[in-house]
Amino acid sequence: MSAEFEPRIIAFCCNWCAYAGADLAGVSRIQYPPNIRVIRVMCSGRVSPDFILKAFQLGADGVLVSG
Amino acid sequence: MAEEIRIGVFVCDCGSNIAGYLDVKELAEYAKTLPHVVYVKENLYTCSEGGSNEIKAAIKEQNLNRVVVASCTPRTHEPLFRGTCGEGGLNPFLFEMVNIRDQCSWVHMQERKEGTAKAMDLIRMGVAKAALLEPQEPIQSEINPRAMVMGAGISGMTAALALANRGYEVVLVEKSSETGGLLRSLDRLAPSGIDAASLADRHAEMVGNHPNIRLLTSTTVEEIQGYIGHFNVTTNTKGVRDGFEAGVIIVATGAGVLKPVGLFQYDGEKVINQLELEERLKSETFSPGNVVMIQCAGARNEERKYCSRICCMVAIKNAIALKERNARTGVRILYRDIQAYGTENEALFQKAKELGVLFIKYDPARPPQVQQGTVKVFHDLLGRELSLPQDLVVLSTPLIAGDDNEVISRLLRVSLDENKFFLEGHVKLKPLDFATDGVYLCGNAHYPATVREAISQALGAASRASIPLSKGVMSVEPIVSTLVDEEACRGCGLCVALCPYGALEIVKTEKGRKVRVIPVACKGCGVCAATCYQHALSVNSYTDDQVRKQISAFLNP
Repeated sequence: MSAEFEPRIIAFCCNWCAYAGADLAGVSRIQYPPNIRVIRVMCSGRVSPDFILKAFQLGADGVLVSG
Repeated sequence: MAEEIRIGVFVCDCGSNIAGYLDVKELAEYAKTLPHVVYVKENLYTCSEGGSNEIKAAIKEQNLNRVVVASCTPRTHEPLFRGTCGEGGLNPFLFEMVNIRDQCSWVHMQERKEGTAKAMDLIRMGVAKAALLEPQEPIQSEINPRAMVMGAGISGMTAALALANRGYEVVLVEKSSETGGLLRSLDRLAPSGIDAASLADRHAEMVGNHPNIRLLTSTTVEEIQGYIGHFNVTTNTKGVRDGFEAGVIIVATGAGVLKPVGLFQYDGEKVINQLELEERLKSETFSPGNVVMIQCAGARNEERKYCSRICCMVAIKNAIALKERNARTGVRILYRDIQAYGTENEALFQKAKELGVLFIKYDPARPPQVQQGTVKVFHDLLGRELSLPQDLVVLSTPLIAGDDNEVISRLLRVSLDENKFFLEGHVKLKPLDFATDGVYLCGNAHYPATVREAISQALGAASRASIPLSKGVMSVEPIVSTLVDEEACRGCGLCVALCPYGALEIVKTEKGRKVRVIPVACKGCGVCAATCYQHALSVNSYTDDQVRKQISAFLNP
């Protein structure tokens, strides 16, 4: 374990708010660490507990549901 | 045998917006190694005409049956690329977009290596999902060409007449026994000076004589089921229930006037509100001695934070009426701020001053005191208390949200604002529409409005409502919920209870109780699919398999 710990984070973002917010961060050139992978959904209500468990099962270090 | 999946990936430089911060060559090379990818192209601008021609050509020449574009955000460019796929002969829903600009190159401008690695992951996830995409067809539904207008005040009657004159059948529902709403209580209207009752009578006559309008007075709406094009309405007229179907609904239910009980010694006799003053002004002989008006009575305070907007103009109008009736009538208006926007209203404000109406600013921290024969008020500029003679005190009270607003908002599944007025879909983009399709609003139901504004809004709402009515058929995006496993559905109805749009219902089938999706009402949010423990429901282009595949493509490639 020589390398520094780099978390792998999955974010489920609602198309109408959080995903738009993530776009706005880009338009505003706000810099943040590249550890996050966004999955776009039409509503955070689409995110079933199954998806979150699946992410952890496959080794995600964090799951963000934003909407 | 299943069709071979052939994916084409187009990686966009976006000039230097992406290529300046990520290694786009490496991304293109990487995309070639992904499963099912048979063609990869780097474009300077994929959204340009050249880029879209390359997509269309590749669909034909490479026999592509899935297209992935890695570029900017689908929120702005997905419709464009879907259209391009359609023009190229590919079903537009066999397209997937990967956001490597707004959510990658622009937010990792100093981290070329890590940013490029992230973009690779995102492309891999997009390609994995694309392989599972299914073609979709737009959903078509017929629109019942009848409208329901709720409320027969000036807004509702105007909207009903506008629609009826265009040839649509209108059911105009009014809870009280007569039409006209608040106009029935008013004297004359500013700035025209027209008699309010005669304006109401004129509209009532046109409504009554119009062959396309069915007026239901003393009628409440008990139930509304359905969605744009097919609202099933149940009404109750003096205990008799009836029903009809309407394609669109306009909410014109108006507002109430605050009765200022407990404020400024209000008694309805010597201390009244502006509405009660208008009743008295209808009598030609009415002429009080000294009148003091107090603005913002029961408004812009802790309980009601909002400004009712029209009360200043009402006070100015009535002050002028009193002065013109008898120039010796003393009229003093105690105000916090004067709201008299627009050229005519500003002119009326000036006219009132010229007629000798006195405007005195008061501080809400030291409100006027109403006493026997006088009103005491602290004058900020003079720095001392004034004692104003009064024979009549008139309180300018705000319009308040209708008593039924909460009930109606539940019936229609539309929102109210913090003051319980109806909330439009978007302040600028949808000012006369609700967020729910096929439902529109106008007049005081939305917010205090002058008669002139209410009429403008009513004409606008009628115009908006006539868009679906004139089309006759509506087409909606097929990103909607579908019952993918009817066997699995147990008809528990949990999804029906949770659906925010009324887009699900339980029906009896040969196989027992099953859920049925009403696609035109569905917004594709997927709450039902996330809720269904049987996995019987799914959302097109956001299926369980597709999302799971994206997760595993990232974490477990």
